[in-house]
Amino acid sequence: MDYIVIIVLQLAVTVANLALIAAGLAIVFGMMRVINFAHGEFLMLGGYAAIVSHRAGVNLWIAMFVVAPLVVGAVGAVLERLVIRRLYGRMIDTMLATWGISLALIGLVTVVFGNTVSGISPPLGSLEVGRYAIGRYELLLAVVCAALYGGGWLLLRRTSFGLIARGTMQNRTMAAALGVDPGRVYAVTFAAGAAVTGLAGALIAPIAGVVPTIGAAYIAKAFITVISGGAAIIAGTLSSATLLGSINTAFAFAFSPVLGEVALLAAAVILLRLLPQGITGRFFRKSL
Amino acid sequence: MVDITRRTLLTLAAGGAAASVGPFYLRRAQAADAIPIAGIHDASGGIDIYGRPMINCLQLAVEELNAAGGVLGKPLNLVNYDPQSNMQLYTQYATEAATKQKAAVVFGGILSASREAMRPTLRRFKTPYFYSLLYEGGVCDRNIFCMGSTPAQTLQKFTPFVMKRFNGKKIYTLAADYNYGQITAKWIKKFATESGGDVVATDFFPLDVNDFGPTIRKIQAAQPDIIMSVLVGANHNAFYRQWVAAGMKNKIPMASTTFGIGNEQLTTSPEEQNGIIVSYAYLDGIQTPENKAFLAKYTKRFDDKADPVTEGAAMTYHAVNLWAKAAELAGSVDRDKVIEALETGLSFIGPAGKTTIDPATHHDTLDVYIAEVRDRKFNVLESYLQQPPADTAAVCNLRAHPNENKQFVIDVKV
Amino acid sequence: MLKSSLGAAAVALAAVYALVVVPAEGQMTTMINGSVYASYGILALSLALIWGYGGILSFGQAAFFGLGGYAYAIAALNLGNTWAALVIAVALAGASAAVLGYFMFWGRISDVYLGVITLTVSLILYRFLNQTAGDEWTIGSAPLGGFNGIPSTPILTLPGLPDEPLSPEQIYVLAMGALFVGYLACKLLVATHFGRVVVSIRENEMRAELLGYDARLYKLGLFTFAGALAGIGGVLFANCVFVSPNMFNLQTNGQLIIWVIVGGLGTLAGPVIGCFLLLMLATFLGTVHQGGGTNWFDPNLVLGVLLTLVVVALRKGLLPLAIAGFDAIAARRGQRGRLARAADPLVCEPQAE
Repeated sequence: MDYIVIIVLQLAVTVANLALIAAGLAIVFGMMRVINFAHGEFLMLGGYAAIVSHRAGVNLWIAMFVVAPLVVGAVGAVLERLVIRRLYGRMIDTMLATWGISLALIGLVTVVFGNTVSGISPPLGSLEVGRYAIGRYELLLAVVCAALYGGGWLLLRRTSFGLIARGTMQNRTMAAALGVDPGRVYAVTFAAGAAVTGLAGALIAPIAGVVPTIGAAYIAKAFITVISGGAAIIAGTLSSATLLGSINTAFAFAFSPVLGEVALLAAAVILLRLLPQGITGRFFRKSL
Repeated sequence: MVDITRRTLLTLAAGGAAASVGPFYLRRAQAADAIPIAGIHDASGGIDIYGRPMINCLQLAVEELNAAGGVLGKPLNLVNYDPQSNMQLYTQYATEAATKQKAAVVFGGILSASREAMRPTLRRFKTPYFYSLLYEGGVCDRNIFCMGSTPAQTLQKFTPFVMKRFNGKKIYTLAADYNYGQITAKWIKKFATESGGDVVATDFFPLDVNDFGPTIRKIQAAQPDIIMSVLVGANHNAFYRQWVAAGMKNKIPMASTTFGIGNEQLTTSPEEQNGIIVSYAYLDGIQTPENKAFLAKYTKRFDDKADPVTEGAAMTYHAVNLWAKAAELAGSVDRDKVIEALETGLSFIGPAGKTTIDPATHHDTLDVYIAEVRDRKFNVLESYLQQPPADTAAVCNLRAHPNENKQFVIDVKV
Repeated sequence: MLKSSLGAAAVALAAVYALVVVPAEGQMTTMINGSVYASYGILALSLALIWGYGGILSFGQAAFFGLGGYAYAIAALNLGNTWAALVIAVALAGASAAVLGYFMFWGRISDVYLGVITLTVSLILYRFLNQTAGDEWTIGSAPLGGFNGIPSTPILTLPGLPDEPLSPEQIYVLAMGALFVGYLACKLLVATHFGRVVVSIRENEMRAELLGYDARLYKLGLFTFAGALAGIGGVLFANCVFVSPNMFNLQTNGQLIIWVIVGGLGTLAGPVIGCFLLLMLATFLGTVHQGGGTNWFDPNLVLGVLLTLVVVALRKGLLPLAIAGFDAIAARRGQRGRLARAADPLVCEPQAE
């Protein structure tokens, strides 16, 4: 019984992790078709922003929920202005330029902060389930993740900004004809995607630690999750995170963590062969 | 009045340009008479945490020798190469150091793969090579000297010590999934069994894994008495955090053969690290006059870039000094003469205590320390002087077979 | 026509320099670096062919590079005959490309989804090989070695003399020779009927199909050829360094895409030039910083900034840019550069994205 409870909790944590690291990418790729190869480094920056500001005396929660998204959102806005804006519609060039940004950010953070930054321990202690225990902080991540996706859904569905954003992504010319400035919508969307990524990076920093090269551990997983999800960013990313996360956890428990990772990747390949447009190309087509 | 002509202006400008291009070219151009030597360590990329203190110690040792008049009366001219955590660059730079720079000796290599990328090249071009990191053992080649500790040197004392200290018999091993981790895990099992204990499970993790949730649940199910961590690299650091987050810190004690070689004592918090027991041939907590003097010089020289000195870094310092001693003894930096001099069983007393070259294996007999991590410091609990490289000695005898050239896979009989 | 003969002359000159002048100089460092660059150059050629001419964007082309290398190492350790191992390796790389190609093209997977599938396959191989350090992972007499790879990868021998491994100088000549032969083979391939059909499919797949060409089959043929080519690159790399899982990783695959774009998509020589230039830069950057102090020449930082600037400032890669520059000069001199260019079937415009 305890074992089942702990497996379910572990599953929720794994899925939430996957959905968190993929959220910002879902925004910039799903809405703008920008392949942001610097996504992993945005996560890394979020972690650094939270930890460095916490070391400088900022309250941990403020550092994670306010400072990190602001800093990374601002970095995203600047990069959008300087680089991405010039490359809209050129998917491959954007990919390449963001790859360059990714390397530059790794280098810059290494030069400025070094590679040895002491981390923060996860707060909140642990939850005991019989002989098992799981970090309360990790469970909190699952809650935050749910709130983030819920908020995103409300924003896109219920606010006029959401309507304008969706409209601009679907038909830029028409939106412009109706008086919307598409450039501004893109800029805001990219910055918002960066901010969400920064938040995610800050949230995973206490359990994963921060090093300049940590982005590489997440980038492939985030991409595979978003692309397997398909066109509907919220339903798609959530459903693929759930599917891939479950497969990963099942194999990790039954065999080894490595086979868990391999199974995740293999599942994505098979999924894309069966559903070339991702999960939401076939299911939940009307959703967001 | 100084008559400023266009020519002087041009000369000034050229001089300024040369100065701004940096000391790199000047240093290369400078000393025709100097002895060229090379250091090949990762200073960027994922492995740089191991490389940086090693580069510092190499630099410090060379500067000290130069300040004392150099080797054989000539200054040493050190060139550092950064392979950027990229294996093919190790092969390329080893070739460059040996054939273009004509280095008299090469210090470097971090992961075993990088050592194996350089070893054949340096052997081929007859350039003696010192490898300073702790590793799995078994390299048998007359051109190389392996300065770091090997598993048998540390674990033979460490495993029973840990079992006794934590008063437990059931060990759960978590190891990095590559040669070092695999072989170390076998030695742990062997010595645990010999000491009347048992390894209940061993899990291996590739170097890019940083999610240990399922593993921690498995450990909770297995309920071992002791955790033995052979985890390596920045990603594996996450284990120590997730362990504490899951509330396991005060339930099961931990020992490690790797905690600290990648600055883990700085990247994790005291809460996560306090109480972990480690064993190395060097720890910065060693309380000898040699080590205290060495650390003072090191901190003064590198200031805010003074990454904590690891075993690999201290052994690099010993390696440079041993090579210099051998060159003085041989009266030449010629490879064969230097190797013969080292094979007389040369030893050096430095920050890590006494290291003596073992002529049969080209490894060293060294002092081994056991320490407890507390608040980012290593407090030495026990030391065992002059431990021989018994694991490599079981497979390698360069006296009998001087042309041997391979890395043996040591068969650990459990 | 002047321009294509100039191009041919440049390639011939490069070949003479690489195959005659460099070996005669005997500078070992140049030769070792050259061998590594040439084996990567063949890999760049393979992606240049399928992406620039076939419109197939494989993010994971290094998978076949790695498979070729590993197949060679394992076969050579077991058989003892390195040339047989070479044949097996190239065949295996080609065959795996054929299988993956069948899986993708018959599933009508294209664009970024194809990219993700190829990359994922490469990462699966990377992860799989990374965890093979244990004793149980041995094929015949070849331990797979996990993260460390197979340092005992045998070196190709002189044909017929199994105990005489080639010297690094000979490996260099072999690798460079293979690069030039591979380049010529690709050049010939795109000039054949097959090559023209492939380009037409890239331009408009449906129109090509309506004309009666089975696009899947043509793409499969091209992908298989490129897989085998990448396999040759992998075998040569195994001979310069040794095989390790890094041949499959995200960095190798990413670098590869960068070489192709920087050099010029839609050309064959451009990506090879991009590959050589960027590898030379990385090699140089590793020797700039001499320890201590802050290193503003951090290789990641320099390469990253440079790459971003190149993409933002130059719309095309280096070679198309050079060709355009040549055109401008030629036009000013009254020659009809543009017309000559349009008549030259071997120069393909990069695909508009």
